[in-house]
Amino acid sequence: MLTGIYQPGTSLLHRAGAGAKLLGLLVFSTVLVAGKSPVMVLAGFVVVAGLYAVGGFGARTLVAQAWPLRWFVLFLLPFQWWTAGWRVAAVVVGTLVVAVVGAALVSLTTRVTDLLDVIARILEPARAIGVDPERVALLLALTIRAVPVISATLQEARDARRARGLERSTRALVTPVVVRTIRHADRVGDALAARGVDD
Amino acid sequence: MIQIEGVSHQYGDRAVLRDVNLSLAEDRIGVIGANGSGKSTLARLLNGLVVPSAGRVLVDGMDTARDGAKVRRKVAFVFSDPDAQIVMPTVSEDVAFSLRRHGLGKAEVAQRVAETLDRFGLGGHADHPAYLLSSGQKQLLALASVLVTEPEILVCDEPTTLLDLRNSRQVAGLLEGLAQQVVLVTHNLELLRGWARVLVINDGQVVADGPAGQSIGQYEELMGAGRPC
Repeated sequence: MLTGIYQPGTSLLHRAGAGAKLLGLLVFSTVLVAGKSPVMVLAGFVVVAGLYAVGGFGARTLVAQAWPLRWFVLFLLPFQWWTAGWRVAAVVVGTLVVAVVGAALVSLTTRVTDLLDVIARILEPARAIGVDPERVALLLALTIRAVPVISATLQEARDARRARGLERSTRALVTPVVVRTIRHADRVGDALAARGVDD
Repeated sequence: MIQIEGVSHQYGDRAVLRDVNLSLAEDRIGVIGANGSGKSTLARLLNGLVVPSAGRVLVDGMDTARDGAKVRRKVAFVFSDPDAQIVMPTVSEDVAFSLRRHGLGKAEVAQRVAETLDRFGLGGHADHPAYLLSSGQKQLLALASVLVTEPEILVCDEPTTLLDLRNSRQVAGLLEGLAQQVVLVTHNLELLRGWARVLVINDGQVVADGPAGQSIGQYEELMGAGRPC
């Protein structure tokens, strides 16, 4: 859910507090999972689709959130059908897709920093056992930020491998990605220190 | 005012700075030198990112080894790779991140972020994912993110290395207009034309120190510019 896909807007969902949205998502997902019926999944989908409309998003945005699950669904659906019947397959796969699309809606309407603030607040009691909530929130933010950086590094390493005629070499792909990722982590550490994060 | 007193530094057995003594008071100070000459280490000494093996660095009388946190509030640092500096997913969030420990209210943070982004020409990108910005915009964001805290000194370690000519000129123009004291480490000699003071570092020592024209001339001579390879 913390994927940094926030789309700015002024809708009711955009203005709602991050904590309220996270709580709503938790309740919604729990009810969905506990319901265990195709009707409940359908009802959940209708609710989520309606909320996308409230947030100012169209069907295209909704489908885009579910699209990364396509291969997983294509594998899971026939497997569940074969082992447990169509009803279970529809409930399992439907629950998964609706829950993911619902979680994505929270991401679409909430800034990552607001979500991290909520996580830091939730973790506040853990300070008593030595956990630094701000540090955990920062770690999550850095993880999100690292995704496009490492993805770009991977693409460049693929291109470099192809340019050298080593398309089949795993080492020519993995080595530069690992080395550059470690160097990136090192530089991020320096940048954080320079910005006074540890002060 | 930055004072570097008898500073030497080494990584393992390799000495990168040898007995450097400098007093840096000018508004614009350039640092040039060959790769591996020690100029980046010199820059990192200025806000306590690197603590010298010998000697001391004082910023307005504060020792970077003892008062690193206070020094870093005065001395901001920008690196050559903006991707390593931008830590939050969106543009405005990254600028706001710098203000998290300044005890400001949400409204004030939002106002300062908006003002800073406008000043750096990024106002229209506030909610955009940072990774979708161009290289030049990313470097502007890196600058905005450190300057939003209103430091007194800005140290830049090759901030235009990854930029094309247009973006490089944009960053240079921005640096020119800053009210802060700027220490700029660069290979781009064009950026330093007219600067009050340029240091040339070679093999860990300051081998030239003077106005841009004089120092750059000495550096080009040192590097054998114009000689056939």
